[in-house]
Amino acid sequence: MKLITAVVKPHRLDEIKEALQAFGVHGLTVTEASGYGRQRGHTEVYRGAEYTVDLVPKIRIEVLVEDDDAEQLIDVVVKAARTGKIGDGKVWAVPVETAVRVRTGERGPDAL
Amino acid sequence: MAPAITLAADTPTLSAANTGFMLICSALVMLMTPGLAFFYGGMVRVKSTLNMLMMSFISLGIVTVLWVLYGFSLAFGTDSGGLIGWSSDYVGLSGIGITELWDGYTIPVYVFAVFQLMFAVLTPALISGALADRVKFTAWALFIALWATVVYFPVAHWVWGAGGWAFELGVIDFAGGTAVHINAGAAALAVILVIGKRVGFKKDPMRPHSLPLVMLGAGLLWFGWFGFNAGSWLGNDDGVGALMFVNTQVATASAVLAWLAYEKIRHGAFTTLGAASGAVAGLVAITPAGGAVSPLGAIAVGAIAGVLCAMAVGLKYRFNYDDSLDVVGVHMVGGIVGSLLIGFFATGGGQSDVAGLFYGGGLDQFWKQCAGVAGVLAYSLIASAVLAFLIDKTLGMRVSEDDEITGIDQTEHAETAYDFSGAGGGTARTAVPAPVVDAESKKAGSEKAGSDKAASKKVDA
Repeated sequence: MKLITAVVKPHRLDEIKEALQAFGVHGLTVTEASGYGRQRGHTEVYRGAEYTVDLVPKIRIEVLVEDDDAEQLIDVVVKAARTGKIGDGKVWAVPVETAVRVRTGERGPDAL
Repeated sequence: MAPAITLAADTPTLSAANTGFMLICSALVMLMTPGLAFFYGGMVRVKSTLNMLMMSFISLGIVTVLWVLYGFSLAFGTDSGGLIGWSSDYVGLSGIGITELWDGYTIPVYVFAVFQLMFAVLTPALISGALADRVKFTAWALFIALWATVVYFPVAHWVWGAGGWAFELGVIDFAGGTAVHINAGAAALAVILVIGKRVGFKKDPMRPHSLPLVMLGAGLLWFGWFGFNAGSWLGNDDGVGALMFVNTQVATASAVLAWLAYEKIRHGAFTTLGAASGAVAGLVAITPAGGAVSPLGAIAVGAIAGVLCAMAVGLKYRFNYDDSLDVVGVHMVGGIVGSLLIGFFATGGGQSDVAGLFYGGGLDQFWKQCAGVAGVLAYSLIASAVLAFLIDKTLGMRVSEDDEITGIDQTEHAETAYDFSGAGGGTARTAVPAPVVDAESKKAGSEKAGSDKAASKKVDA
């Protein structure tokens, strides 16, 4: 199994969710995150005092998939997340040793 | 306050219309204190929101009680030496008949007393904005009580009390440019020079945590300010209150535009905080002047105050004093601007026939305004610094650095402004109403609870 993690622009969440559903993914975890990449942050002004806000809001999406599906699923996420502008985010995959469905105790790919 | 209306040879009788109007105005001014709490509360970081709200709110408690006990007597009792008042009838508001009229006016003494009370409550609360994040609540409460007694009550007497020196000199302060705004702004400056800067000033980002709260507060202030300003004429028999009402709206609007324009040119954006701040700057500046100037004059007063205050709020970074929410930059500067501009823009057709420089009156009134401003400024600076110093040396003004970094809401009030976590978190230690449980879960619960912690119950939020 692989864990696919995508850190992307918040407003792409719905697109990505739909694309994942169409692909056949049954579940995912979404977290509000903040961070920056090469685009860095932006500047805000409060009564003339300028603040550089480094950390911009992002959404972190995590999906567990079987090894065979991983590459294809990454493509699906990347396609749905892309706006072509700076700050679109990253997607990566890491191997997962095991997974358990809490309710039934099923293990491995059966738990997905 | 305005000079008494002289109805030739007529003794004033109680006017139901004026009395009703003034009671409503009193309620409007009361609303300014919670409005101010939100205005300030939105501007601080999440961790000190509640403390900021409480610093204003506690003034409603403390100053109200002091006002009844002796404040009204000190401010509006019989004058001695132009410096202070005292009338034993006013102590505890106990010797006042319910139909007894305020001398020369058509409203009961009680109405005048409660209207003025709301000013006395608001003024110390204004100071709190400069002291964000770092002042012990007990020290603040003590400061308010002493400051109201030693500074506000006497200064209100100087400016509005019959026999007060500024009043007798002919200083025009319709609703509190000197007694309220310069007074509070100068006190704020004095206290922050004594207690010092917030941890991380000029280093850590200190963004307002909720600009919508700031806007809500500014809106409530603007609304309440109609009572503050128009009510200060204590009646509607000659149209001056209406002039003040109009000018309050006009100057505020003009100051919003001026602040936004300055900000767009200087910093590149029209900000929400700029609009809210411009509104307050305009309200402050028109407070002393609104009965003396024309609506066109009010546009000028608002615009000048808007720009000057927008420039003044940057000074703290240059001179390195932590006027956290710009009480000095907005209230002291705005109060000075409004008070001095009377010397130029007074038409002679409003509250009195005194005309300013632009209306053929020369600089006479300007010098009187300077005297009023300087007197209040100097006294407030010195007396407030002494009070803050004394409290700092005894009780200590500031919370510990650790507590300030953790957040004053938790350490002083044992609360958190917002709970955004779905998980709730935490275990109740006392007095949580026990849920009705069936026998089985009761058993499970008693197994878990250690014998010495029998009273504590675990709560699933």
